[in-house]
Amino acid sequence: MKTDPKYKTVIGMEVHLELKTKSKMFCGCSAYHFQIKPNTHTCPVCLGLPGALPVPNKKAIDWCILIGLALKCQPAFESKFDRKNYFYPDLSKGYQISQYDLPFCQKGFLEVENKKIRINRVHMEEDTGKLIHKKIDGRAVSLVDFNRSGVPLVEIVTEADIYSSKEAIEYLKKIQQIVRSLEVSDCDMEKGSMRCEANISLTNNNKMANYKVELKNINSFKFLKKGIEYEIKRQKEILISKKNPIQETRGFNEKTGKTFSQRSKEEAHDYRYFPEPDIPPIDISKNQLEQIKKELKELPDEKFIRFTVELGLKERDVQVVLKNNKTTQYIESLSQLASKDELKELLKIVVNKRVDIRKVSPKKLVENFRNKKTAKLIGKDLLLKIIIKVIKDNEKAVKDYKKGKLEVIGYLIGKVIAESKGKSDPQLVKKMMVEKLKNGI
Amino acid sequence: MLNQLTIIQALKGLQEKKFSSQELVKDCLKNIDRVDKKIGAFITVSRSKSLEKAKKVDNLIKTNPSIFKEKPLLGIPMALKDIYSTKGIKTTAGSKVLADYIPPYDATVVKRLKKAGAIIIGKTNLDAWAHGSSGENSDFFPTHNPWNLKKVPGGSSSGSAAALSSSQCLMSMGTDTGGSIRQPASFCNLVGLKPTYGRVSRYGIISMASSLDSIGHFTKTVADSAFVLQITAGQDSLDATTPNVTVPNYSNKLTKPNKELKIGLPKEYFSEGVDSQMRKTVEIAAGLLEAQGHEIINVSLKTTKYACPAYYIIQPAELSSNLARFDGIRYGNSRSFFGDEAKRRIMLGTYTLSSGYYEAYYLKAMKLRSLIISDFKKVFKEVDLLLAPVSPFPPFNLGEKVNDPLKMYLSDVLTISVNLAGLPAMSLPCGFTNDNLPIGMQFIALQFKEEVLFNVGHQYQQLTDWHKKRPNI
Repeated sequence: MKTDPKYKTVIGMEVHLELKTKSKMFCGCSAYHFQIKPNTHTCPVCLGLPGALPVPNKKAIDWCILIGLALKCQPAFESKFDRKNYFYPDLSKGYQISQYDLPFCQKGFLEVENKKIRINRVHMEEDTGKLIHKKIDGRAVSLVDFNRSGVPLVEIVTEADIYSSKEAIEYLKKIQQIVRSLEVSDCDMEKGSMRCEANISLTNNNKMANYKVELKNINSFKFLKKGIEYEIKRQKEILISKKNPIQETRGFNEKTGKTFSQRSKEEAHDYRYFPEPDIPPIDISKNQLEQIKKELKELPDEKFIRFTVELGLKERDVQVVLKNNKTTQYIESLSQLASKDELKELLKIVVNKRVDIRKVSPKKLVENFRNKKTAKLIGKDLLLKIIIKVIKDNEKAVKDYKKGKLEVIGYLIGKVIAESKGKSDPQLVKKMMVEKLKNGI
Repeated sequence: MLNQLTIIQALKGLQEKKFSSQELVKDCLKNIDRVDKKIGAFITVSRSKSLEKAKKVDNLIKTNPSIFKEKPLLGIPMALKDIYSTKGIKTTAGSKVLADYIPPYDATVVKRLKKAGAIIIGKTNLDAWAHGSSGENSDFFPTHNPWNLKKVPGGSSSGSAAALSSSQCLMSMGTDTGGSIRQPASFCNLVGLKPTYGRVSRYGIISMASSLDSIGHFTKTVADSAFVLQITAGQDSLDATTPNVTVPNYSNKLTKPNKELKIGLPKEYFSEGVDSQMRKTVEIAAGLLEAQGHEIINVSLKTTKYACPAYYIIQPAELSSNLARFDGIRYGNSRSFFGDEAKRRIMLGTYTLSSGYYEAYYLKAMKLRSLIISDFKKVFKEVDLLLAPVSPFPPFNLGEKVNDPLKMYLSDVLTISVNLAGLPAMSLPCGFTNDNLPIGMQFIALQFKEEVLFNVGHQYQQLTDWHKKRPNI
C-alpha cells in the first residue's frame, strides 16, 4: 500500500497472553479451558459467588515478571492489584482484577527489524468467562461458560512506536517467538491464548493526533494486517476530506475486509479503578527476582547470534529453526553431539524435513549420519554392472529419456541406489548413467 | 434453664452428662418459639437439622468421652448472622436480592465451627448487606431489642445480638465493619468481639467493605469470647488478608495474674456529643480498674473527627464494587430488589470512585486513614490499651433515625476508627441507663493483641455482674 507522505501512521499495540499455569490466577481451578465441558472448571471464586475471595497465583506473577524481563523491562519491587469495574455478563464479579498504576514490569523495549519498539508496561490480570449464543427449543439464548473465568492473563502494552501494518505484525511475531521460547504461554491466536489490539491514528505534519481508533477482537495475523491497512485507508480518506476521525473501538469483518464501529468515545467506560482490598500489596524481593532471572533462558535473538556467528550456521535456516521450540531444542542437542561441519549438514537435514524429529532422537540422527558417511561404497565395476542391469530392466524409461524426457534420470538413479542398497554415491551414479545412456551399453 | 448457660458452663454440663445436647438444643428451640415472634432475631431456624445433629453429638459423647479435646464446641447451639455462607442453608444477607439463595459452600469460619462440634441453630436477621446501625434496614423485618421491644437492638448484627441476649442460642457470630458487633453488643448487654483485621478469615462471608470487615462474635462472658476466638482465628489459605501470625492460647492467658496496665481514655471519645450517662458509666468502670492497680491516663486521638468522613468514603466505595456481582445472572434476584440504603451506598461509592473524583475523595480518605493509623500507633506508645464508650447514645427507638441516614451514620462515630486502623476491640457490659437499657464500653488494643482485651475484660467481669443480667421477656 502506498502511503501518502503527508500522513504518518502511528500504532500502539496491546497484547493479551493467557499463561499456561496449572491453576487459575486467583483460585485452584484448572486453567485449561479449551474445548472443556462448560462450567466444569469452576468454583465459588471464579464464579464470583457471594463471599468468595481471590488468592493470587505466585507462579503466574513470576511468569509475568519473566516476560517483562525478556522484554528488557524494569521489574517493580512494590506492586499491587487493582479492580477494574465494569458490567458484562461474562465478568462474574462485576469487576476484573487487574493492575493500574503499579504494574509488575515497566519501561522495556523490543527490537524489531533494527528498530526499538518501547514497551510501556507488562501487567497481570484475569480472563473473563465466555458468552455462547445459541438457540434452544427455538428460543435465542445467551449462555455463559466460566471455565475461562480467572485464567491468568498478561497484558503487554507498547508506546505508539509502530508505523505500519508490517511492523505491527513483525512485532507480534517476535512477541510470540519470545514468549513461546519462555514456555509460559502457547500464544495461539486461533485458540485465543494470544489476543491483539491495535490503537491506530494518523498524524499530519508531525502533530499528535487528537483521536485514536482501537481495533480489536481479531484472531489472526492476516486479518489484523488487513484490518490495520483498511483503517489507515479509512482514516486517511476522512482526514483528506478535512474531517476528524472519531475516537472509537472498531471490529473487523473477515468477509467484507472492512472495519466497523463497536463503541464510541461517549460510550467509553469509566472503570473506577481502585486498589483491590482483598489482596495485600505485593513486595517482590531481590531473592525472588534472582530466582526468576534464573529461569530467563537465552532469548531467540541471542540464540540467533550464537547459531549464526559462533556455530556458523546459515541465517535463513536458523530463522526457520527458531520459529519452533522443538526444532530449536533439537538443534541445540545436535550441537552438543556433532562437530561444527557436521552440524551444518545436519541443520539442512532438519530444515528440509528429511528427518522426523518427533521419531528420531538427535543422538540417533548423528549416528545414522556418521554411518552413512563411513559406509563403504561398492566398487565401480559392480556399480557399472548394476547400471547396465537397470537400463535393461527399464526399457520404457530409457526410451522416454532418449525422446527428451530427461527427468526420468532421477527414477533410474533411484533404482540403482536401491539395487546397491544405498551403497553408491548419487553424483557418481548420475555421471555414469548419463554416459551409458548417451553411448549405449 | 439450659439456654441461660454460658458456653463454658454448658460444655461442663455436657461433659459431666448433666444434660444432653438434644436437651440443650430443644431448650433453645423452645425459647425461639416462645420469644422470637416478638423479637424477630431469626430469618431461618434450622429446627430438624440442629436436632439431628444434637442426636449425633449425644452418641459421640456416649461412645467417646474424650471427644471434647478434638471438638471443643461440641453440642453448643449457635446462631450465624445471615451473611455467613452456609452450605445447603439459605443465606440472604438480609436482602431480597438473595431471598432464595442457597450457597453451595461453607465459609471458612463456618467450617471451623462445625468441625469444633458447634450446632447451627439458625441464621439471624441483619441490616441488608450489613448496611446499618439499627437492624431496621433488613429487607424482611426489623429486629427488636429484648430489653425493650420498642428499642432497636443495634446493627448491623441485630439478629445475632438479640438472639443471644434473649437466650435463643448460646453464642452467635457477627461481622464488624464499622461497629456492627460492638454497638449491638452494647445495646443488648453482651460481650462483642471485633478481632484484628485479618485475625479471622473472611472467606465465604458476604463482603461489605473488604478492607474493614472483621469477623467476630457475641458471647455472654469474656471467657466465652476467648474460647470462641481460639477456634475461629488463624491463617486461611483462601483469604489472602489473613497473615501468618501465631494464635496464642487465649483461655490460658485469661486467668494469668494481671500485670498493671496503662489504660488510656481518649478524650475525643468522652466529648460533649456523647450522652453523659454513657460517659459517666464508662468513667466509673475506669475507676474500678484503677482501684485494681491499673493506671488510667487521659490521652488524645486527634484524628477521631476524621474517622466518620473517611469511613463513609472508603466503605461505600468498596461495597459499590463488592455488590456489583449481584446482577441476578448466576444466582439471586435482579438488581431492582436492592433496598434504598444499599442503593444509596452504591451511588455514593460509584460517585467517589469515578474518574475526576477519585483523587478528591477516595485517595484523600485513604490518606486520612493513614493518619488515623499513625495516631493510634503514637498513643499505643504511651498505653497498653484504650477504654471508651461504644455508642454515643443508648438504644434508640425503632423508627427514630431510620429516615435520617446521616444521623444513623453518626451512631458509628466511636467505633469506626478501630476498623479503619484494623485494631482489635471488645465491647462489654458496664451498666444501665435510668430506663434500664444496657450500656457498653470498649477496650481497644494493638493489632493481634486480643489476649490483652480478654485479660482485662475477664478481670472486670470477676468484679462486676452487669454481664449476668438478662432481659425479662
